[in-house]
Amino acid sequence: MTRARSVLLAAAISASSAVLAQPDARTAQVKRGEYLVTIGLCHDCHTPLAMGPDGPAPDMKRALSGHPQDIAIRAPAKLAEPWVGGFSPTLTAWSGPWGVSFSANLTPDPETGVLRDFTEQQFIQTLRTGRHQGQGREILPPMPWPLIGKMTDEDLKAVFAYLRQIPPVTNKVPDPIPPAN
Amino acid sequence: MRTIMAMVQGFGAGRRRCLAMATAVLVLAFPLLNSVEAVPQSAGPKPPRTLEETGLYSDFATLQVDQRHLAFSPQYPLWTDGATKRRWISLPPGTAIDGSDPDAWSFPIGTRLWKEFAFGGQRVETRFLERQADGHWLYAAYAWTADGREAQLVSERGRRGAYPLGGGRSHAIPGVSDCKACHQGGRSEVLGFSALQLSPDRDPDAPHAEPRPIPAVDLGYLVENGLLVGLPDTLRETPPRIMAASSAERAALGYLHGNCGHCHNDQGSLQNLGLFLRHSSAGTVPPAIASAVGQPVRKAAPGQSPDAVLRIEPGRPDRSGLMQRIGSRYPALQMPPLGTALVDKEAIALVERWILEADQLRKEAHLQEKGD
Ligand code: HEC
Ligand code: HEC
Ligand code: HEC
Repeated sequence: MTRARSVLLAAAISASSAVLAQPDARTAQVKRGEYLVTIGLCHDCHTPLAMGPDGPAPDMKRALSGHPQDIAIRAPAKLAEPWVGGFSPTLTAWSGPWGVSFSANLTPDPETGVLRDFTEQQFIQTLRTGRHQGQGREILPPMPWPLIGKMTDEDLKAVFAYLRQIPPVTNKVPDPIPPAN
Repeated sequence: MRTIMAMVQGFGAGRRRCLAMATAVLVLAFPLLNSVEAVPQSAGPKPPRTLEETGLYSDFATLQVDQRHLAFSPQYPLWTDGATKRRWISLPPGTAIDGSDPDAWSFPIGTRLWKEFAFGGQRVETRFLERQADGHWLYAAYAWTADGREAQLVSERGRRGAYPLGGGRSHAIPGVSDCKACHQGGRSEVLGFSALQLSPDRDPDAPHAEPRPIPAVDLGYLVENGLLVGLPDTLRETPPRIMAASSAERAALGYLHGNCGHCHNDQGSLQNLGLFLRHSSAGTVPPAIASAVGQPVRKAAPGQSPDAVLRIEPGRPDRSGLMQRIGSRYPALQMPPLGTALVDKEAIALVERWILEADQLRKEAHLQEKGD
């Protein structure tokens, strides 16, 4: 093999690996996102619990789709002293001094997913500022954005990339209910 | 045996459930108690600890503002629950603003801007912006003591309940991430010191118009004093002005520019909403008309009535999404989403008048078309 040919060959190989590198990098990013979503406890609040043979367990058919639309909640919890908060059996509706909040649908459903018209930048900004779409209304408790927002840009991008490609679930999460007073 | 197994299983499941809940509640406690730093600590330089140290005053004891700073007032001010505002700018000696891009002026390193908020004649806070050596802007707010003798740096998280507004509401000093939600929503972080805001062709009907300080710091003044360079000649010859069909339309569009355009524009993070309320010096049709009048609402906000399908429905302020959002202070519906706790009644009346009139103008245009 002449030197010129081997250089050409090397160039060809690196060119084809550059083409391959992109999807590979994307897969790696999505995998990282999946890992972060798992250890970041997102399922704890965003995947509803359902009663199964072994008691309540995350309903993975509705993974990350938020508070189920068919479970109607119309008023904050009535609590005796000294309690200040309560939650639904699905662990997706939250009552407290802020009224009632409902875990959002994080799946890429084009109609009902909260992220449906978020850009990557808005997703990052949302978790940094605690405001809807980065600049809108304040995000209610117990969404732990002050901690999630400490992730690096790279990690938040990975979480976003992962959430963009999970199975979409059509589920219209109800609007928050203001406090009783 | 079967029942015992079931019980054990049930217990296991119960424990799992309890664990899941305990984790959630632990996490829940954080935002609840507000015990965590809300904003990642910025690595940049720290703002001075007192307002005095920012150099606004030449004599703090008498609150004498340094004569070298220029007082200015934008023609379309931001509504902050009726606060009275005063503003100043300071450019480092021998420097000038680059005005060659009429929609995003470039300010020299070391530029300082202040904005003072008073309620009922009492100073409550003074906000501060300073351009750093690396080009970034430093954001800070200083809260005045009740006796008005001192103003100390407010924490990055801001301060709620800074001044009672009545009806259980109060003025909040924004945290730094909220400053940025407004100030970093477009191409220029300086919002009120711009070509349109300092046009000598001032709108006499602008809501909450403020008297202009003396000397009148406008485009002519800045150019003549060498403080603004590169301003396109066309803007000197024909000062910027919102082209509108009526005085109500001009004032309404100006209000939207000053109160909404920093988030709703075609350059910043929210451009994908397709709602452009910031006036632009290019183009003939005001972006607000093109993107709001007769345009469908993207997604109805919580509390918005189902018949409000258009952002602005000519002749029907009651069915215009935009009206419902500026007429509300329910957090999930209200616009702007931050910086105000009270509805701006004067602005509501103005925008309503414009929407009613828009229908009239549309009908007239239609008649004309038919007549042709
Ligand atoms: C302790 C429960 C909890 C955990 C853990 C949690 N969330 Fe949430 N999240 C919520 C609730 C409740 C809401 C709805 C808040 C509201 O309506 O203001 C929400 C809303 C959101 C939103 C929508 C924000 C918007 O702009 O409206 C996003 C995005 C989100 N969560 C992402 C995540 C991610 C990513 C994780 C894991 C890293 C996570 N959440 C973990 C409870 C939680
Ligand atoms: C609700 C949006 C909003 C928030 C929040 C906000 N600002 Fe502004 N700010 C504006 C607008 C709009 C102007 C220009 C109009 C005016 O001054 O009335 C302005 C003007 C200023 C000015 C005068 C210079 C200029 O840009 O025109 C300073 C200084 C300033 N803001 C600092 C701050 C600081 C510091 C914070 C946070 C503590 C903050 N602002 C929060 C919207 C906002
Ligand atoms: C601090 C940034 C900010 C400011 C200032 C602001 N908005 Fe918004 N606005 C948002 C965000 C974020 C959304 C998208 C989320 C939502 O609908 O709440 C939005 C949505 C809207 C929508 C709905 C658009 C649609 O079709 O879905 C309207 C109408 C609107 N704003 C009007 C206004 C008006 C009028 C003003 C000024 C009086 C204003 N906004 C000031 C951030 C802002």
